[in-house]
Amino acid sequence: MAQATFEEISASDFFYRNRDIAGFTNPSRAIFAAVRELVENSLDAAESLRIPPDVYVRLSFEGGVSKETQVYKLRVEDNGSGITPRHIPSAFGQVLYGSKYKLKQQRGTFGLGGKMAVLYGQIMTHQPAYIVSSTGASKIYSFRLMIDIQRNRPVIIDRKVLINKDQWHGTIVEFCLEGDYLRAMPKIIEYFKQTAMVNPYANLTFVDPKGRLYKFTRATTEMPEPPKETLPHPYGVDVELLQRLIQITPYKNMLEFLRHHFHRVGGITAQKFLVFSGLVIASCPEHGTLLPDQVNWVEGKPTCSRCGKGVKLGSSKKPKRLSHEEIVRLMQNLKKFKEFLPPDASCLSPLGEELLKAGIMKELKPEYLVVHQRKPSTYAGHPFIVEMGIAYGGEVPKRGNFIIYRFANRIPLLYDEASDVSFKVINSMNWRRYRVSPDMPVAIVVHICSTKVPYKTVGKEFIADRPEVKREVANALREVSRQLQHFLTRREHVDKERKRLGIFAKYLPKIAQFSKNLAEKERLPDIEKLLKSVQKYGAEET
Amino acid sequence: MEQKKRKTSIIEKKNEVIGSLKNFGTHIYDQLDRGTFPTISMPSRSTENINYDPALRQFVLGEKSVSRSARNIRHVKPFTQLSWAAMFSKELTSQRKTSTLRDVYYSAQAYEMTFTDQQESNNIITDLETLTGFAREDFNIFPEERSAIFGDLTIAYTVPGYEGKTLNLTSHPDGVLIGPALTSAEFVSTKADKVIAIEKGALFTRFIEENVHNKHNALLISTSGQAPRQTRSFIRRLHDELNLPVYIFTDGDPWGMHIAMVIISGSANAAHLRELNTPDAKWSGVWATDIVNYKLPTDPLDEEDIKRLYELQKDPRYKEDPLWEREIKTFLKIRRKAEQEAFSRYGLTYIVDEYLPTKLEETK
Repeated sequence: MAQATFEEISASDFFYRNRDIAGFTNPSRAIFAAVRELVENSLDAAESLRIPPDVYVRLSFEGGVSKETQVYKLRVEDNGSGITPRHIPSAFGQVLYGSKYKLKQQRGTFGLGGKMAVLYGQIMTHQPAYIVSSTGASKIYSFRLMIDIQRNRPVIIDRKVLINKDQWHGTIVEFCLEGDYLRAMPKIIEYFKQTAMVNPYANLTFVDPKGRLYKFTRATTEMPEPPKETLPHPYGVDVELLQRLIQITPYKNMLEFLRHHFHRVGGITAQKFLVFSGLVIASCPEHGTLLPDQVNWVEGKPTCSRCGKGVKLGSSKKPKRLSHEEIVRLMQNLKKFKEFLPPDASCLSPLGEELLKAGIMKELKPEYLVVHQRKPSTYAGHPFIVEMGIAYGGEVPKRGNFIIYRFANRIPLLYDEASDVSFKVINSMNWRRYRVSPDMPVAIVVHICSTKVPYKTVGKEFIADRPEVKREVANALREVSRQLQHFLTRREHVDKERKRLGIFAKYLPKIAQFSKNLAEKERLPDIEKLLKSVQKYGAEET
Repeated sequence: MEQKKRKTSIIEKKNEVIGSLKNFGTHIYDQLDRGTFPTISMPSRSTENINYDPALRQFVLGEKSVSRSARNIRHVKPFTQLSWAAMFSKELTSQRKTSTLRDVYYSAQAYEMTFTDQQESNNIITDLETLTGFAREDFNIFPEERSAIFGDLTIAYTVPGYEGKTLNLTSHPDGVLIGPALTSAEFVSTKADKVIAIEKGALFTRFIEENVHNKHNALLISTSGQAPRQTRSFIRRLHDELNLPVYIFTDGDPWGMHIAMVIISGSANAAHLRELNTPDAKWSGVWATDIVNYKLPTDPLDEEDIKRLYELQKDPRYKEDPLWEREIKTFLKIRRKAEQEAFSRYGLTYIVDEYLPTKLEETK
């Protein structure tokens, strides 16, 4: 019998072996994923400075490998915040090292994409990546580096420092990778178009291997409010997170611990929770020790449910003294307690109705457009906002089916449409009620933003159908559909009126002419009055 | 003296037709000029408004009427088409030109008055007939199909270029087409004492060859199947103006029987018109009883034939004379049918020498 050998592998080794889960499934997906990850990093970098992003992407042909795969050089430039020199090697050469492990809405969430692209490039072509970056300070740093996959460490091959005369800030990434651009092309172009739609304040330029230039120009310099960083909401925590918080907390009692480490937990709520969960014992001067449900809360003060007298609360354990079982029970009670306020949405950065409108107008050029932003909502302690737009006519093509554009945290989702919650909601909607049918030129834009978008896979392709998310998407869809229905009804009415007038205007003069001939009269009968009388119905709209 | 009176009747009729079209125009013109939407009303031609009138012995329209108003968005186009058709008819009639239904359909396009299809333009012409009470032939709109007449009848043309010219209808051995020129002609003289209408062109030719017109002193008419309206109206004139009895010979089947019936009692489609039928005309054969009596070669009745017989049984026109009932019953009993040509089994002249005289006598 062979003995099993155990070995530890590094994070980059893990992703080297399992690159499928990050979206690098095949040569065409890989090239798409690489472009997308780097563009998203660039957009985040510019937005963190609150300046409208300028992103330049160039893909150039380096040589053929096989019939399907070629080697391409990918270069992405941005005007973002740049990276401080000491972080550059790790930011690009160490998987799971990053700036994105915080609770606010960001495009990337795994701190994986950019590195994955570089890693993928390296394993297929064994060439170093070239990084240039500056934060706008006096120097520009350029690195040539590779990843030591087994140890998950960057290997610096070459490092240069340049003088930053123009106070340039931003990052340039260049590396070679294998891919199948011809097959990936439609998705890449679509990706840029849709990215332009939800980032109407960004300039995107793409030069493809054939030298074709795709330019998506910004329609506005207005940018959405940036998200604020936030604490975890009690509904969203797990045991691991609780343990980590307990390890680092400076607070000596549970009340302070809850107040300072959790989102939307104040003194009174914390007290109520502690009584509820039995971590604090309440006792009445008359009735002695009380069970949690024997305590009433009057204006934030605990009282005895039987005599109404004030209740004395015992002291709680130190957080660090909690046993393992107590931590598990704490987590369960946090989820059970009904009185936590829902998370607020300041950590979210929705696009807003105006920007969404500008973006859709710019890229789809519809005849009619209505957008709607839902109020913030939550699922499992994570806040989210649904934004919806519905575009009709104009340059929106007729496909025999609604065209669906899905976005999450301002990135387009291009794959696995049929598995997405929006697809299900859209297709289960009773469209006849709204007098809308799939053979009309209708495009539906769904944007879901959240601190934690409920993706089903690391590849960020589609959104799981969480009931809370589903409900919000459905409500938003109903709202915009109602407005589209009004528009269609109004237009139909105007069309009908115009047609009606047209018919009278066409035939009445003929009747006049024919009857004049028949009656052998000299002059035509006066039909002006009649024409006016039919006109007064539809005259207000033309 | 009597002839002169008839001559004016043709011209008078023309004037009446033109007058009614002008009235229609004035009616619309005045309403328009007053600033109201022109409206017209006419008897409804829907099935429930078509009744059989035993006194007139034809279908007539009942009390129900429909109105068409240019106020109604759905009526304004047909209304325009109707006034166009009236104007077109008035031009035809006053310029003494003729046209066909197909022609009407195309002429409309010159006025940007496109009809969707032939049916639509036909309907408009029927509207005009209903409205004025005149047949489209009176507006010089003739159908495409034509039948022929042969026999000793002298007519005088009234069509432009031929006014007063006379013609004896024996002058062409194929017969003379019953077309616009003939139907608008005056009758001058005839020695004939009866009219024989024949369903089939071949038999019509045989009758001419066999000298039936002389032997039986008859005018021969080929209806070529279902008699066109102008032929029916022409037969009516022969009967009314020249007092000639009319005998009809058709195939011995439900369809032939109905050809005779339409000549006698008219059709439901023409319920809005008068004098297209000849109630005194007689169906002389081939009867179902003839098939039995003469032992004619036959074919079996097919399903369609049987179905048709049951339909005819319910038709009020077939309840006028017990002859019809008897023949329908016989058809249903023997379940056979025979063509006019079936008599050829007894030799080519049998039908003329034996059958015809017997039947003429029988249905006198």
